[in-house]
Amino acid sequence: MPKTVEIKVHHVTRIEGHGNIFASFAGGKVEKIEWQVPEAPRFFEAMVLGRDWQDIQTIVSRICGICSVTHSLAAIKAIEDAMRIEVSEQTDLLRVLTHYAEHVESHILHVGYLVAPDLLGAKSVLPLVKSHPDVVKTVIRLHKLGNQWMALLAGRMTHPITFKPGGFAKYPAEHELEQVKKRLQDSFSDLDVLAQTVFSLKEKLPAFLRETEYVALVDAGKYSFYHGAIGSSDTAKILPVQQFESAVNEYVSPQSTAKWAKWHRDSYAVGALARYNLNGKNLLPRARKLADALSLGKKNCNPFCNSLAQLVECYQVVEHAVEIIDKLLANGIKLEKNQAQPRAGNGAGAVEAPRGVLFHRYEFDDKGKCVKANLCIPTNQNHANIQKDFEAFAPMIADRSPEECKQLLEMLVRAYDPCVSCSTH
Amino acid sequence: MSKPRVAIFDFACCEGCQLQLVNLEEEILDLVNVVEPVEWREAMTESSPDYDIAIIEGSITRPQDEERLKAIRARAKVLIAMGACAAITGVNRLMNKHVEAGQAGPCVYGAAASQPHLQSGTARAAHEIVKVDYKIHGCPMDNREFSSILRSLLAGKTPFVPTYPVCVECKQKGNICRYEYNEVCLGPVIRAGCGAACPSGGFWCFGCRGYIDEPNVNAAFDVMDQYGKTIDDFKDRLELFAGREAENNAKNS
Repeated sequence: MPKTVEIKVHHVTRIEGHGNIFASFAGGKVEKIEWQVPEAPRFFEAMVLGRDWQDIQTIVSRICGICSVTHSLAAIKAIEDAMRIEVSEQTDLLRVLTHYAEHVESHILHVGYLVAPDLLGAKSVLPLVKSHPDVVKTVIRLHKLGNQWMALLAGRMTHPITFKPGGFAKYPAEHELEQVKKRLQDSFSDLDVLAQTVFSLKEKLPAFLRETEYVALVDAGKYSFYHGAIGSSDTAKILPVQQFESAVNEYVSPQSTAKWAKWHRDSYAVGALARYNLNGKNLLPRARKLADALSLGKKNCNPFCNSLAQLVECYQVVEHAVEIIDKLLANGIKLEKNQAQPRAGNGAGAVEAPRGVLFHRYEFDDKGKCVKANLCIPTNQNHANIQKDFEAFAPMIADRSPEECKQLLEMLVRAYDPCVSCSTH
Repeated sequence: MSKPRVAIFDFACCEGCQLQLVNLEEEILDLVNVVEPVEWREAMTESSPDYDIAIIEGSITRPQDEERLKAIRARAKVLIAMGACAAITGVNRLMNKHVEAGQAGPCVYGAAASQPHLQSGTARAAHEIVKVDYKIHGCPMDNREFSSILRSLLAGKTPFVPTYPVCVECKQKGNICRYEYNEVCLGPVIRAGCGAACPSGGFWCFGCRGYIDEPNVNAAFDVMDQYGKTIDDFKDRLELFAGREAENNAKNS
């Protein structure tokens, strides 16, 4: 009998939330491999019941510290859908602009602080301060840029204050937008340093391919983060956001306190790589150039390349943000009077979080009290796919040392940039 | 003198307060000159059962989490509750009445709710289970306040935590009172220290920093009377973050 080697990772490090890995190998074969989610449930769908429509985005923002802007926006879009509240082009542009800041902050955090140590042979970013000071300083500057940009528009770095159904509670001054624009234009030199570093390390990403269904928001001709309907790499049909439940098909897994999801297959993936695979042809020039330099191709089925797609998206959102600021400044910032009133209704909203598409649905009574909620988080949608990737990846690495196997499996989880506590919500 | 060893642990929460540590940007490099991080799952792979200061983020909801917190307390010389979820239960408190009514699980998991791994108790703050030496308030916590409290602690000084309400800071900012906008704002009874972040961002105070030690509740009710608001309006808003604090305060008074 070959000896069984077990790999147990209790609480994978350098990810948001709590996830465990269990693997057992015998004689170069995989006996068992599991991605487990033991995170404490917080029951947000129950928490919002009976709460006022004006408090909803403040509550659900707390689902996730890292994607709090996305959660607030998904809630507000769903509330506006339920109450048939229209918003101005200025509100729409300011929301997208704020949302982009979160993508930069979150992507840089993931690539720079969480993934880079694996590629540079460290256990955290701390030793890199001495070994790679210029890279770390570049990462810090870009992270800070994302945060300060977010704070200007959202009122602070985490858990936005200024968003309201119907508009904004506070508007940025035009000179502040000018300053952000200048800093965004200047940031390309830092992004180039990071891109060159990642380019030089990309061979360290395992060459693992698994044909996968990718799901993201699609919006004709655009690389969408905030608008659009639900697209899948498995079908040309586009599903309206109102019907998101028939895309996600959530179910309870005995391995997880977070629900799992599947659509056309046993699992699908969301996130930067999914967005790239569905909308990559619509990238702006600088982002396109980096995607080509990194050889991302037309459809990329290596989950480890999600971090590369995130870097491409940093270029995309910075480039597009400059265009948006130009448009806002050309129109001039107007202080709008918010006329939104509560009414009974059921509505859904979808926004691309840094780690994939996020869906919120709420139902309200005629006083604007919430009577029903359903929230489907990106990492919910990735859990089953992580498990399926594990099942395909583990046999490829079964001959490696237990230490190497452990690190490679952790790297695969990390590649998804999971928000585990968010997924359990 | 060796640097104090610091470990950070997360329970039921959004991990947004840990993010505020990362958001210290360059300053975190200064902090690691004065303390040695030995365990911080979200940022580093290393771990250690040997630490002086334990920082707790999140609320405690399940028996296994209660045991984990007690074990951490037993190893730490100093325990800090970081952020509203650990300090006052924060927004997690909203789940409690649904958990107590047996409706939270079915609401989220449907028929599967009875499965053993999906069970949860009510959310509690860290001090309801173990002795807490310092609290860092706010949702999210303010990372400058974190830094200042940690530095005071290392210097053997008592950290400064405001005992006056958000209204004080709001007035200093020159904001127009939210009651003038016909809104219910919790500023009169909630602990300052956030720089009146929400009123300055065009919103009312949601109460994330909890009650001040001796809130002038009667004065708050006078303000509400003056603007035609009821005590129920006020209590309803308090539910979001500060409900349990309010309950405790009512019991003690």
